[in-house]
Amino acid sequence: MAELQARPMTGAERQRPLSPHLQIYRLTMTMAMSIIHRITGGALYYGMLLLAWWLIAAAAGPNAYATFEAFIGSVIGRLILFGFTWALIHHALGGIRHLIWDTIHGLEPAERELLALATLVGSIVLTLLLWGVCYLMIGGPR
Amino acid sequence: MVQLTLPKNSKITQGKTWPHAPKAGDETEFRVYRWNPDDGGNPSIDTYFVDRGSCGPMVLDALIWIKNNIDPTLTFRRSCREGVCGSCAMNIDGVNTLACTKAMDDIKGAVKIYPLPHQPVVKDLVPDLNNFYAQYASIQPWLKTDTPAPEKEWRQSHDDRAKLDGLYECILCACCSTSCPSYWWNSDRYLGPAALLQANRWVKDSRDERTGERLDDLEDPFRIYRCHTILNCSKACPKGLNPAKEIAELKKAMVERQV
Repeated sequence: MAELQARPMTGAERQRPLSPHLQIYRLTMTMAMSIIHRITGGALYYGMLLLAWWLIAAAAGPNAYATFEAFIGSVIGRLILFGFTWALIHHALGGIRHLIWDTIHGLEPAERELLALATLVGSIVLTLLLWGVCYLMIGGPR
Repeated sequence: MVQLTLPKNSKITQGKTWPHAPKAGDETEFRVYRWNPDDGGNPSIDTYFVDRGSCGPMVLDALIWIKNNIDPTLTFRRSCREGVCGSCAMNIDGVNTLACTKAMDDIKGAVKIYPLPHQPVVKDLVPDLNNFYAQYASIQPWLKTDTPAPEKEWRQSHDDRAKLDGLYECILCACCSTSCPSYWWNSDRYLGPAALLQANRWVKDSRDERTGERLDDLEDPFRIYRCHTILNCSKACPKGLNPAKEIAELKKAMVERQV
């Protein structure tokens, strides 16, 4: 296939402004979920560091583990863990959504909006549910 | 490349508010992107008031009304005024669509109009679509065959012809491609939804004999796989087509031929 050849630009063309894009485009549900999918995907790298710290601390002995426990048990630690849980679930649901779309299902107008919304609602509900169940298992927040 | 902000020469400034038409009754406010290559300035937003009593119902009617009654320098493309030619594609109320089929009454508040997003502006609402057309040409949108041409036309069954529904209706207005963030950042290498829908139109044509070659040409990290199913394209299409679905079909066809 012929590659696209860039024409040499005339002076008038070089001066042309770029029309506005992100600044003016009305945010769509599917667009928002795509952006969040990317952000959560990036955040998961940092969440993995947390997971690695946990495993290394557990292997290193009681002192190292106590440090980790103190951090993760603090308010900030719990907030980060909560965010990580949500990012993980949202990204996983987003992956499932993309998998469905890759099989050419759920691409009709109402379906694609519903799938995008389901990713968001599902991730929030599942995160709260997971935390609720975990707290129930250990007998409430400590 | 991803650049979230506009370059310095593209930043939008406050423009002029044009006077109301004499004896105007019910009015609709229009805020329209303006840029004149001869002025040397930055783009600006001009405000106009359209008298609904003497103007048709569509956004294109209003633009023509402004040009006739208030500001003859306002520049835009238009031709068929009935959604067939695709000339008057622009960003209206934050969504790419055709000005001729978009009713003013469907928009709440002032009607904001910009050229198609992330394109070089020739003047006012006229974008430079040369790259878009070159991409269309690059998918070689014509019947390619190896068998000798039949004496009459290439025959096609009704069922095979029906496979082209949802594809042949594309008018290449560029609403879809210029609604796509992936296309905004990578239009130098990503073909965009319009060209890819057209590519699938030839892949699915029962008479075409170079399907494999067509898929080979597309199989590239950028040409097709910059599509991240953001789906702005399908939402924008003023003809109600589904470019995202056509791209998904192409991706599937590429995988299927390998398994």
